[in-house]
Amino acid sequence: MTTPLNSQARFAASLHQFEGAESHLAIHRNNRMAALIDALAIAFPATQRIVGEEYFRAMAGAFVCAHPPRAPLLLAYGDELPAYIAAFAPAAEISYLADVARLEAAVMRAYHAADDHPLGVAELKWLTQEGAAEVRLALPATVFLLRSRFPAATLWERNLAESFVPLAEWPAEDVIVCRPALDVIVRVLPPGGADFLEALQRGHSIGEAAALVAAPAFDLPAALAFAFSHCLARPFAA
Amino acid sequence: MTELPRRAGASFKPQHFAAIIASQRAVGFFEVHAENYMGAGGPPHAMLGKLRQDYPLSIHGVGLSIGGEEALDEAHLQRLRVLCERYAPESFSEHLAWSSHGGEFLADLLPLPYTDDTLQTVCDHIDRTQAVLGRRILLENPSLYLSFAESRFEEPEFLSEVVRRSGCGLLLDVNNVFVSSVNLGFDPAQYLARLPLAAVGEIHLAGHSVMANGTLIDSHGAPVIDAVWALYQSVIARAGAIATLIEWDRDVPAWPVLVAEAAKAEAILTQHRCQAA
Repeated sequence: MTTPLNSQARFAASLHQFEGAESHLAIHRNNRMAALIDALAIAFPATQRIVGEEYFRAMAGAFVCAHPPRAPLLLAYGDELPAYIAAFAPAAEISYLADVARLEAAVMRAYHAADDHPLGVAELKWLTQEGAAEVRLALPATVFLLRSRFPAATLWERNLAESFVPLAEWPAEDVIVCRPALDVIVRVLPPGGADFLEALQRGHSIGEAAALVAAPAFDLPAALAFAFSHCLARPFAA
Repeated sequence: MTELPRRAGASFKPQHFAAIIASQRAVGFFEVHAENYMGAGGPPHAMLGKLRQDYPLSIHGVGLSIGGEEALDEAHLQRLRVLCERYAPESFSEHLAWSSHGGEFLADLLPLPYTDDTLQTVCDHIDRTQAVLGRRILLENPSLYLSFAESRFEEPEFLSEVVRRSGCGLLLDVNNVFVSSVNLGFDPAQYLARLPLAAVGEIHLAGHSVMANGTLIDSHGAPVIDAVWALYQSVIARAGAIATLIEWDRDVPAWPVLVAEAAKAEAILTQHRCQAA
Protein backbone atom coordinates (compact mmCIF):
# COMPACT_ATOMS: atom_id res chain seq x y z
CA MET A 1 0.00 0.00 0.00
CA THR A 2 3.02 2.24 -0.16
CA THR A 3 3.19 4.17 -3.39
CA PRO A 4 6.17 5.96 -4.88
CA LEU A 5 3.93 8.73 -6.20
CA ASN A 6 5.67 11.83 -5.03
CA SER A 7 4.26 14.67 -7.01
CA GLN A 8 0.74 16.01 -6.89
CA ALA A 9 0.86 16.58 -10.64
CA ARG A 10 1.47 12.88 -11.24
CA PHE A 11 -1.10 11.96 -8.61
CA ALA A 12 -3.69 14.29 -10.13
CA ALA A 13 -2.93 12.95 -13.61
CA SER A 14 -3.43 9.41 -12.40
CA LEU A 15 -6.93 10.30 -11.20
CA HIS A 16 -7.97 10.73 -14.82
CA GLN A 17 -6.94 7.23 -15.81
CA PHE A 18 -9.44 4.46 -15.47
CA GLU A 19 -7.13 1.47 -15.61
CA GLY A 20 -5.41 -0.02 -12.60
CA ALA A 21 -8.43 -0.70 -10.44
CA GLU A 22 -6.18 -2.96 -8.36
CA SER A 23 -4.39 0.07 -6.96
CA HIS A 24 -5.57 1.99 -3.92
CA LEU A 25 -5.49 5.02 -6.16
CA ALA A 26 -8.66 3.59 -7.64
CA ILE A 27 -10.46 4.53 -4.43
CA HIS A 28 -9.62 8.19 -4.98
CA ARG A 29 -10.51 7.87 -8.67
CA ASN A 30 -13.89 6.44 -7.70
CA ASN A 31 -14.42 9.04 -4.96
CA ARG A 32 -13.79 11.85 -7.42
CA MET A 33 -16.04 10.43 -10.13
CA ALA A 34 -18.84 9.53 -7.69
CA ALA A 35 -18.78 12.96 -6.02
CA LEU A 36 -19.06 14.81 -9.33
CA ILE A 37 -21.66 12.50 -10.85
CA ASP A 38 -23.70 12.60 -7.61
CA ALA A 39 -23.66 16.40 -7.71
CA LEU A 40 -25.08 16.27 -11.26
CA ALA A 41 -27.63 13.59 -10.38
CA ILE A 42 -28.99 15.78 -7.56
CA ALA A 43 -29.32 18.78 -9.87
CA PHE A 44 -30.82 16.88 -12.84
CA PRO A 45 -33.39 14.42 -11.40
CA ALA A 46 -35.85 14.55 -14.32
CA THR A 47 -33.06 14.19 -16.88
CA GLN A 48 -31.89 11.12 -14.97
CA ARG A 49 -35.42 9.73 -14.80
CA ILE A 50 -35.84 10.04 -18.58
CA VAL A 51 -32.70 8.08 -19.51
CA GLY A 52 -32.43 5.89 -16.41
CA GLU A 53 -29.78 5.95 -13.70
CA GLU A 54 -27.21 3.80 -15.50
CA TYR A 55 -27.38 5.83 -18.70
CA PHE A 56 -27.33 9.12 -16.81
CA ARG A 57 -24.25 8.17 -14.78
CA ALA A 58 -22.40 7.11 -17.93
CA MET A 59 -23.33 10.35 -19.69
CA ALA A 60 -22.47 12.43 -16.62
CA GLY A 61 -19.13 10.61 -16.40
CA ALA A 62 -18.36 11.56 -19.99
CA PHE A 63 -19.31 15.16 -19.14
CA VAL A 64 -16.98 15.14 -16.12
CA CYS A 65 -14.09 14.05 -18.38
CA ALA A 66 -14.89 16.79 -20.90
CA HIS A 67 -15.65 19.52 -18.33
CA PRO A 68 -13.73 18.92 -15.09
CA PRO A 69 -14.70 21.50 -12.45
CA ARG A 70 -12.36 24.47 -12.11
CA ALA A 71 -13.49 25.87 -8.76
CA PRO A 72 -13.87 24.03 -5.45
CA LEU A 73 -17.62 24.56 -5.31
CA LEU A 74 -20.11 22.51 -7.24
CA LEU A 75 -23.26 24.63 -6.89
CA ALA A 76 -23.11 25.68 -10.55
CA TYR A 77 -21.24 22.66 -11.87
CA GLY A 78 -24.11 21.49 -14.07
CA ASP A 79 -24.46 24.77 -15.99
CA GLU A 80 -22.68 23.33 -19.02
CA LEU A 81 -24.40 19.93 -18.94
CA PRO A 82 -27.44 20.87 -21.13
CA ALA A 83 -25.18 22.07 -23.97
CA TYR A 84 -23.12 18.91 -23.57
CA ILE A 85 -26.26 16.76 -23.80
CA ALA A 86 -27.43 18.68 -26.89
CA ALA A 87 -24.19 17.64 -28.63
CA PHE A 88 -24.03 14.15 -27.05
CA ALA A 89 -24.42 11.85 -30.09
CA PRO A 90 -25.62 8.75 -28.19
CA ALA A 91 -28.60 10.73 -26.84
CA ALA A 92 -29.47 12.39 -30.16
CA GLU A 93 -32.65 10.31 -30.49
CA ILE A 94 -33.99 11.76 -27.25
CA SER A 95 -34.35 15.14 -28.90
CA TYR A 96 -36.08 16.81 -25.91
CA LEU A 97 -33.52 15.67 -23.32
CA ALA A 98 -31.31 18.78 -23.57
CA ASP A 99 -34.30 21.09 -23.06
CA VAL A 100 -35.37 19.27 -19.89
CA ALA A 101 -31.75 19.59 -18.71
CA ARG A 102 -31.78 23.32 -19.57
CA LEU A 103 -34.88 23.69 -17.41
CA GLU A 104 -33.22 21.85 -14.53
CA ALA A 105 -30.10 24.02 -14.85
CA ALA A 106 -32.38 27.08 -14.64
CA VAL A 107 -34.11 25.64 -11.55
CA MET A 108 -30.68 25.19 -9.93
CA ARG A 109 -29.66 28.75 -10.80
CA ALA A 110 -32.95 30.20 -9.52
CA TYR A 111 -32.52 28.24 -6.27
CA HIS A 112 -29.11 29.81 -5.58
CA ALA A 113 -29.71 33.22 -7.19
CA ALA A 114 -29.33 36.39 -5.16
CA ASP A 115 -32.44 37.22 -3.19
CA ASP A 116 -34.28 40.00 -4.93
CA HIS A 117 -37.08 42.30 -3.89
CA PRO A 118 -39.61 42.13 -6.69
CA LEU A 119 -42.86 44.02 -6.85
CA GLY A 120 -45.98 42.14 -5.82
CA VAL A 121 -49.66 42.30 -6.72
CA ALA A 122 -50.10 45.33 -4.46
CA GLU A 123 -48.00 47.39 -6.86
CA LEU A 124 -50.32 46.60 -9.77
CA LYS A 125 -52.24 49.79 -8.96
CA TRP A 126 -49.34 51.81 -10.42
CA LEU A 127 -50.19 50.44 -13.78
CA THR A 128 -53.81 51.53 -13.79
CA GLN A 129 -52.68 55.12 -13.72
CA GLU A 130 -52.13 57.20 -16.78
CA GLY A 131 -48.69 56.77 -18.28
CA ALA A 132 -48.39 53.15 -17.18
CA ALA A 133 -47.35 52.19 -20.70
CA GLU A 134 -44.21 54.29 -20.15
CA VAL A 135 -43.18 52.35 -17.04
CA ARG A 136 -40.01 50.26 -17.34
CA LEU A 137 -39.67 47.10 -15.29
CA ALA A 138 -36.84 44.62 -14.95
CA LEU A 139 -36.87 40.95 -14.11
CA PRO A 140 -35.29 39.92 -10.78
CA ALA A 141 -32.12 37.81 -10.71
CA THR A 142 -34.30 34.86 -9.69
CA VAL A 143 -36.15 34.72 -13.04
CA PHE A 144 -35.08 32.62 -16.04
CA LEU A 145 -36.86 32.27 -19.39
CA LEU A 146 -36.57 29.23 -21.59
CA ARG A 147 -38.06 28.49 -25.01
CA SER A 148 -38.46 24.90 -26.02
CA ARG A 149 -39.61 23.22 -29.26
CA PHE A 150 -40.88 20.53 -26.89
CA PRO A 151 -43.20 20.48 -23.86
CA ALA A 152 -40.12 20.84 -21.65
CA ALA A 153 -41.93 21.96 -18.49
CA THR A 154 -44.62 19.28 -18.79
CA LEU A 155 -41.97 16.60 -19.39
CA TRP A 156 -40.01 17.89 -16.42
CA GLU A 157 -43.05 17.85 -14.15
CA ARG A 158 -44.23 14.40 -15.27
CA ASN A 159 -40.77 12.93 -14.78
CA LEU A 160 -40.58 14.20 -11.23
CA ALA A 161 -43.96 12.71 -10.35
CA GLU A 162 -44.05 9.35 -8.61
CA SER A 163 -45.60 7.61 -11.61
CA PHE A 164 -45.13 8.92 -15.13
CA VAL A 165 -48.26 9.90 -17.05
CA PRO A 166 -47.60 9.92 -20.83
CA LEU A 167 -48.21 13.17 -22.71
CA ALA A 168 -51.22 13.32 -25.02
CA GLU A 169 -49.83 16.30 -26.97
CA TRP A 170 -46.36 17.67 -27.74
CA PRO A 171 -46.70 21.44 -27.98
CA ALA A 172 -43.72 23.80 -27.89
CA GLU A 173 -43.49 25.50 -24.50
CA ASP A 174 -42.12 28.85 -23.37
CA VAL A 175 -41.21 28.33 -19.74
CA ILE A 176 -40.54 30.67 -16.86
CA VAL A 177 -38.48 29.56 -13.87
CA CYS A 178 -38.71 31.94 -10.96
CA ARG A 179 -38.30 32.14 -7.21
CA PRO A 180 -40.68 34.78 -5.78
CA ALA A 181 -39.71 33.80 -2.23
CA LEU A 182 -37.96 30.54 -1.31
CA ASP A 183 -39.68 27.99 -3.53
CA VAL A 184 -38.66 27.71 -7.18
CA ILE A 185 -41.72 27.86 -9.45
CA VAL A 186 -41.86 26.57 -13.03
CA ARG A 187 -44.76 27.72 -15.28
CA VAL A 188 -45.62 27.50 -18.95
CA LEU A 189 -46.12 31.01 -20.36
CA PRO A 190 -49.12 31.91 -22.54
CA PRO A 191 -48.56 32.94 -26.19
CA GLY A 192 -46.31 36.01 -26.42
CA GLY A 193 -45.50 35.92 -22.70
CA ALA A 194 -41.82 35.18 -23.21
CA ASP A 195 -41.47 37.84 -25.94
CA PHE A 196 -43.05 40.39 -23.63
CA LEU A 197 -40.87 39.58 -20.62
CA GLU A 198 -37.72 39.50 -22.76
CA ALA A 199 -38.57 42.90 -24.18
CA LEU A 200 -39.03 44.29 -20.64
CA GLN A 201 -35.69 42.77 -19.67
CA ARG A 202 -34.01 44.51 -22.61
CA GLY A 203 -35.22 47.82 -21.19
CA HIS A 204 -38.38 48.47 -23.19
CA SER A 205 -41.33 50.15 -21.48
CA ILE A 206 -44.51 48.15 -20.94
CA GLY A 207 -46.12 49.80 -23.97
CA GLU A 208 -43.11 49.18 -26.22
CA ALA A 209 -42.77 45.60 -25.05
CA ALA A 210 -46.45 44.84 -25.71
CA ALA A 211 -46.13 46.30 -29.21
CA LEU A 212 -43.14 44.05 -29.91
CA VAL A 213 -45.08 40.87 -29.19
CA ALA A 214 -46.04 39.17 -32.45
CA ALA A 215 -48.42 36.55 -31.08
CA PRO A 216 -52.01 37.57 -31.98
CA ALA A 217 -53.38 35.87 -28.86
CA PHE A 218 -51.19 38.00 -26.56
CA ASP A 219 -53.22 39.40 -23.66
CA LEU A 220 -51.42 42.34 -22.04
CA PRO A 221 -53.53 42.64 -18.84
CA ALA A 222 -53.22 38.88 -18.31
CA ALA A 223 -49.44 39.01 -18.90
CA LEU A 224 -49.06 41.84 -16.38
CA ALA A 225 -51.25 40.10 -13.83
CA PHE A 226 -49.17 36.95 -14.27
CA ALA A 227 -45.92 38.88 -13.91
CA PHE A 228 -47.01 40.61 -10.72
CA SER A 229 -48.66 37.59 -9.14
CA HIS A 230 -45.40 35.67 -9.67
CA CYS A 231 -43.29 38.60 -8.53
CA LEU A 232 -41.49 38.71 -11.86
CA ALA A 233 -41.06 42.46 -11.93
CA ARG A 234 -38.75 44.78 -10.10
CA PRO A 235 -38.16 48.50 -10.54
CA PHE A 236 -36.01 49.05 -13.60
CA ALA A 237 -32.60 50.52 -12.88
CA ALA A 238 -30.96 51.78 -16.06
CA MET B 1 -11.74 32.92 21.43
CA THR B 2 -15.05 31.28 20.58
CA GLU B 3 -15.53 27.56 20.80
CA LEU B 4 -18.26 25.04 20.18
CA PRO B 5 -20.21 23.78 23.20
CA ARG B 6 -18.73 20.53 24.51
CA ARG B 7 -21.81 18.65 23.38
CA ALA B 8 -22.95 16.39 20.57
CA GLY B 9 -23.91 18.02 17.27
CA ALA B 10 -25.10 16.93 13.84
CA SER B 11 -24.38 17.68 10.19
CA PHE B 12 -27.15 19.92 8.92
CA LYS B 13 -29.10 18.52 5.98
CA PRO B 14 -31.77 20.72 4.34
CA GLN B 15 -34.28 17.82 4.31
CA HIS B 16 -34.21 17.92 8.13
CA PHE B 17 -34.92 21.64 8.41
CA ALA B 18 -38.63 21.42 9.20
CA ALA B 19 -38.09 18.65 11.78
CA ILE B 20 -35.27 20.64 13.41
CA ILE B 21 -37.37 23.79 13.69
CA ALA B 22 -40.23 21.73 15.19
CA SER B 23 -37.91 20.03 17.69
CA GLN B 24 -36.64 21.42 20.94
CA ARG B 25 -32.88 21.74 20.72
CA ALA B 26 -32.25 18.05 20.08
CA VAL B 27 -28.53 18.63 19.45
CA GLY B 28 -25.90 20.99 20.83
CA PHE B 29 -24.68 22.46 17.53
CA PHE B 30 -24.78 22.09 13.74
CA GLU B 31 -22.06 21.78 11.17
CA VAL B 32 -22.31 22.66 7.47
CA HIS B 33 -19.95 22.31 4.54
CA ALA B 34 -18.77 25.80 3.62
CA GLU B 35 -18.95 25.18 -0.12
CA ASN B 36 -22.68 24.43 -0.02
CA TYR B 37 -23.34 27.99 1.20
CA MET B 38 -21.41 29.90 -1.42
CA GLY B 39 -24.41 30.61 -3.63
CA ALA B 40 -25.70 34.18 -3.78
CA GLY B 41 -29.00 33.60 -1.97
CA GLY B 42 -32.05 31.38 -1.77
CA PRO B 43 -33.11 28.62 0.61
CA PRO B 44 -29.58 27.55 1.72
CA HIS B 45 -28.88 30.95 3.28
CA ALA B 46 -32.45 31.35 4.55
CA MET B 47 -32.20 28.00 6.39
CA LEU B 48 -28.70 28.56 7.71
CA GLY B 49 -29.60 32.06 8.89
CA LYS B 50 -32.55 30.71 10.86
CA LEU B 51 -30.54 27.83 12.28
CA ARG B 52 -27.77 30.21 13.28
CA GLN B 53 -30.20 32.17 15.48
CA ASP B 54 -30.86 29.13 17.62
CA TYR B 55 -27.71 27.00 17.52
CA PRO B 56 -23.92 27.24 17.74
CA LEU B 57 -22.39 26.63 14.31
CA SER B 58 -19.35 24.92 12.86
CA ILE B 59 -18.38 25.72 9.27
CA HIS B 60 -16.36 22.92 7.73
CA GLY B 61 -14.47 23.57 4.49
CA VAL B 62 -13.90 20.76 2.03
CA GLY B 63 -12.27 22.60 -0.86
CA LEU B 64 -9.38 24.79 0.31
CA SER B 65 -6.64 22.26 -0.53
CA ILE B 66 -4.46 23.17 2.44
CA GLY B 67 -2.21 20.21 1.65
CA GLY B 68 -1.72 21.29 -1.97
CA GLU B 69 1.72 22.10 -3.40
CA GLU B 70 0.36 25.17 -5.12
CA ALA B 71 -0.51 28.49 -3.51
CA LEU B 72 -3.94 28.63 -1.89
CA ASP B 73 -6.84 29.77 -4.08
CA GLU B 74 -7.21 33.38 -2.89
CA ALA B 75 -10.67 33.71 -4.43
CA HIS B 76 -11.80 30.71 -2.41
CA LEU B 77 -10.20 32.09 0.75
CA GLN B 78 -12.19 35.28 0.23
CA ARG B 79 -15.41 33.28 -0.19
CA LEU B 80 -14.62 31.57 3.12
CA ARG B 81 -13.92 34.92 4.77
CA VAL B 82 -17.26 36.33 3.59
CA LEU B 83 -19.08 33.23 4.85
CA CYS B 84 -17.36 33.36 8.26
CA GLU B 85 -18.10 37.06 8.59
CA ARG B 86 -21.75 36.51 7.71
CA TYR B 87 -22.41 33.62 10.09
CA ALA B 88 -19.70 34.13 12.75
CA PRO B 89 -19.37 30.38 13.40
CA GLU B 90 -17.95 29.16 16.70
CA SER B 91 -15.55 27.00 14.71
CA PHE B 92 -14.04 26.84 11.24
CA SER B 93 -12.22 23.70 10.15
CA GLU B 94 -10.51 22.27 7.08
CA HIS B 95 -8.57 19.13 6.13
CA LEU B 96 -5.01 17.87 6.06
CA ALA B 97 -5.45 17.01 2.38
CA TRP B 98 -5.35 18.51 -1.08
CA SER B 99 -8.18 18.72 -3.58
CA SER B 100 -7.11 21.09 -6.36
CA HIS B 101 -4.23 21.00 -8.81
CA GLY B 102 -3.40 22.84 -12.03
CA GLY B 103 -6.59 24.88 -11.89
CA GLU B 104 -8.80 21.84 -11.55
CA PHE B 105 -10.91 20.84 -8.54
CA LEU B 106 -10.50 17.10 -7.98
CA ALA B 107 -13.56 16.68 -5.71
CA ASP B 108 -11.82 14.37 -3.24
CA LEU B 109 -9.63 14.77 -0.17
CA LEU B 110 -6.28 13.51 -1.43
CA PRO B 111 -3.37 12.36 0.75
CA LEU B 112 0.05 13.98 0.97
CA PRO B 113 3.44 12.63 2.04
CA TYR B 114 4.57 13.81 5.47
CA THR B 115 7.97 15.44 4.86
CA ASP B 116 9.80 18.61 5.95
CA ASP B 117 8.70 20.24 2.69
CA THR B 118 5.01 19.41 3.04
CA LEU B 119 5.13 20.41 6.72
CA GLN B 120 6.38 23.85 5.67
CA THR B 121 3.76 24.17 2.94
CA VAL B 122 0.88 23.09 5.18
CA CYS B 123 1.99 25.52 7.93
CA ASP B 124 2.32 28.36 5.39
CA HIS B 125 -1.18 27.63 4.09
CA ILE B 126 -2.65 27.52 7.60
CA ASP B 127 -0.90 30.80 8.46
CA ARG B 128 -2.42 32.40 5.38
CA THR B 129 -5.89 30.98 6.12
CA GLN B 130 -5.80 32.08 9.75
CA ALA B 131 -4.63 35.55 8.67
CA VAL B 132 -7.42 35.97 6.09
CA LEU B 133 -10.15 34.57 8.34
CA GLY B 134 -8.79 36.34 11.39
CA ARG B 135 -9.26 33.27 13.54
CA ARG B 136 -7.68 30.01 14.64
CA ILE B 137 -8.78 27.10 12.51
CA LEU B 138 -9.05 23.39 13.23
CA LEU B 139 -7.31 20.89 10.94
CA GLU B 140 -8.83 17.43 10.39
CA ASN B 141 -6.84 14.19 10.10
CA PRO B 142 -7.62 12.37 6.82
CA SER B 143 -8.91 8.91 5.95
CA LEU B 144 -6.04 7.16 4.17
CA TYR B 145 -6.05 4.44 1.55
CA LEU B 146 -2.33 4.61 0.79
CA SER B 147 0.87 5.99 2.28
CA PHE B 148 4.01 7.46 0.73
CA ALA B 149 7.46 5.92 0.69
CA GLU B 150 9.00 9.37 1.06
CA SER B 151 7.14 10.25 4.31
CA ARG B 152 9.52 11.15 7.15
CA PHE B 153 6.86 11.72 9.81
CA GLU B 154 4.10 9.52 11.13
CA GLU B 155 0.76 11.36 10.98
CA PRO B 156 0.43 12.09 14.74
CA GLU B 157 3.93 13.63 14.80
CA PHE B 158 3.19 15.58 11.62
CA LEU B 159 -0.05 16.95 13.11
CA SER B 160 1.70 17.74 16.42
CA GLU B 161 4.31 19.74 14.55
CA VAL B 162 1.66 21.58 12.51
CA VAL B 163 -0.14 22.52 15.73
CA ARG B 164 3.11 23.67 17.39
CA ARG B 165 4.24 25.80 14.44
CA SER B 166 0.93 27.26 13.20
CA GLY B 167 -1.05 27.51 16.41
CA CYS B 168 -4.04 25.84 14.76
CA GLY B 169 -6.20 23.35 16.60
CA LEU B 170 -7.19 19.85 15.54
CA LEU B 171 -10.45 18.33 14.42
CA LEU B 172 -10.01 14.70 15.41
CA ASP B 173 -12.00 12.37 13.18
CA VAL B 174 -12.00 9.13 15.15
CA ASN B 175 -13.56 7.19 12.29
CA ASN B 176 -10.80 8.42 9.97
CA VAL B 177 -8.19 7.15 12.45
CA PHE B 178 -9.92 3.76 12.49
CA VAL B 179 -10.28 3.62 8.69
CA SER B 180 -6.60 4.53 8.16
CA SER B 181 -5.47 2.09 10.84
CA VAL B 182 -7.16 -0.83 9.10
CA ASN B 183 -6.12 0.24 5.60
CA LEU B 184 -2.50 0.99 6.48
CA GLY B 185 -2.10 -1.52 9.32
CA PHE B 186 -1.35 0.50 12.46
CA ASP B 187 -2.72 0.52 16.01
CA PRO B 188 -5.37 3.27 16.36
CA ALA B 189 -4.96 3.45 20.16
CA GLN B 190 -1.24 4.15 19.75
CA TYR B 191 -2.02 6.78 17.14
CA LEU B 192 -4.39 8.53 19.55
CA ALA B 193 -1.86 8.26 22.39
CA ARG B 194 0.65 10.27 20.32
CA LEU B 195 -1.79 13.01 19.33
CA PRO B 196 -1.81 16.35 21.25
CA LEU B 197 -5.38 15.96 22.51
CA ALA B 198 -5.27 19.34 24.25
CA ALA B 199 -5.35 20.91 20.79
CA VAL B 200 -8.50 19.04 19.73
CA GLY B 201 -11.41 21.49 19.44
CA GLU B 202 -13.89 19.13 17.82
CA ILE B 203 -14.37 15.42 17.16
CA HIS B 204 -15.99 13.83 14.13
CA LEU B 205 -17.72 10.44 14.28
CA ALA B 206 -19.14 8.69 11.23
CA GLY B 207 -19.85 5.33 9.71
CA HIS B 208 -17.74 3.73 7.00
CA SER B 209 -18.23 0.97 4.45
CA VAL B 210 -16.18 -2.18 3.89
CA MET B 211 -15.01 -3.30 0.43
CA ALA B 212 -14.86 -6.95 -0.55
CA ASN B 213 -11.06 -6.92 -0.09
CA GLY B 214 -11.40 -5.59 3.47
CA THR B 215 -10.46 -1.99 2.67
CA LEU B 216 -12.53 0.51 4.65
CA ILE B 217 -14.06 3.48 2.85
CA ASP B 218 -14.92 6.66 4.75
CA SER B 219 -18.43 6.81 3.30
CA HIS B 220 -20.37 8.77 5.98
CA GLY B 221 -23.39 6.66 5.13
CA ALA B 222 -23.92 4.37 8.13
CA PRO B 223 -24.04 4.31 11.94
CA VAL B 224 -20.78 4.64 13.89
CA ILE B 225 -19.38 1.16 14.61
CA ASP B 226 -18.67 -0.12 18.15
CA ALA B 227 -14.88 -0.11 17.70
CA VAL B 228 -15.02 3.61 16.85
CA TRP B 229 -17.30 4.31 19.83
CA ALA B 230 -14.72 2.54 22.04
CA LEU B 231 -11.87 4.68 20.67
CA TYR B 232 -14.03 7.78 21.14
CA GLN B 233 -14.73 6.84 24.74
CA SER B 234 -11.00 6.46 25.40
CA VAL B 235 -10.33 9.91 23.95
CA ILE B 236 -13.03 11.55 26.12
CA ALA B 237 -11.76 9.68 29.18
CA ARG B 238 -8.30 11.16 28.60
CA ALA B 239 -9.08 14.61 27.22
CA GLY B 240 -12.44 15.45 28.78
CA ALA B 241 -15.60 16.53 26.99
CA ILE B 242 -15.05 17.81 23.44
CA ALA B 243 -17.66 19.04 20.94
CA THR B 244 -18.57 15.94 18.93
CA LEU B 245 -20.21 15.83 15.50
CA ILE B 246 -22.11 12.93 13.97
CA GLU B 247 -21.44 13.11 10.22
CA TRP B 248 -23.98 11.49 7.93
CA ASP B 249 -23.74 12.63 4.31
CA ARG B 250 -24.93 9.64 2.25
CA ASP B 251 -28.16 7.66 2.60
CA VAL B 252 -29.10 10.32 5.13
CA PRO B 253 -31.64 8.90 7.62
CA ALA B 254 -34.66 10.63 9.11
CA TRP B 255 -33.90 13.33 11.69
CA PRO B 256 -34.80 11.17 14.75
CA VAL B 257 -32.21 8.56 13.69
CA LEU B 258 -29.50 11.22 13.51
CA VAL B 259 -30.64 12.61 16.88
CA ALA B 260 -30.42 9.12 18.40
CA GLU B 261 -26.85 8.73 17.11
CA ALA B 262 -25.93 12.15 18.54
CA ALA B 263 -27.57 11.14 21.84
CA LYS B 264 -25.10 8.23 22.11
CA ALA B 265 -22.22 10.69 21.94
CA GLU B 266 -24.02 13.03 24.33
CA ALA B 267 -24.41 10.15 26.83
CA ILE B 268 -20.65 9.52 26.75
CA LEU B 269 -19.93 13.24 27.22
CA THR B 270 -22.45 13.44 30.10
CA GLN B 271 -21.03 10.32 31.74
CA HIS B 272 -17.60 11.90 31.66
CA ARG B 273 -18.87 15.17 33.10
CA CYS B 274 -20.55 13.27 35.97
CA GLN B 275 -17.39 11.27 36.71
CA ALA B 276 -15.27 14.41 36.55
CA ALA B 277 -17.59 16.26 38.92
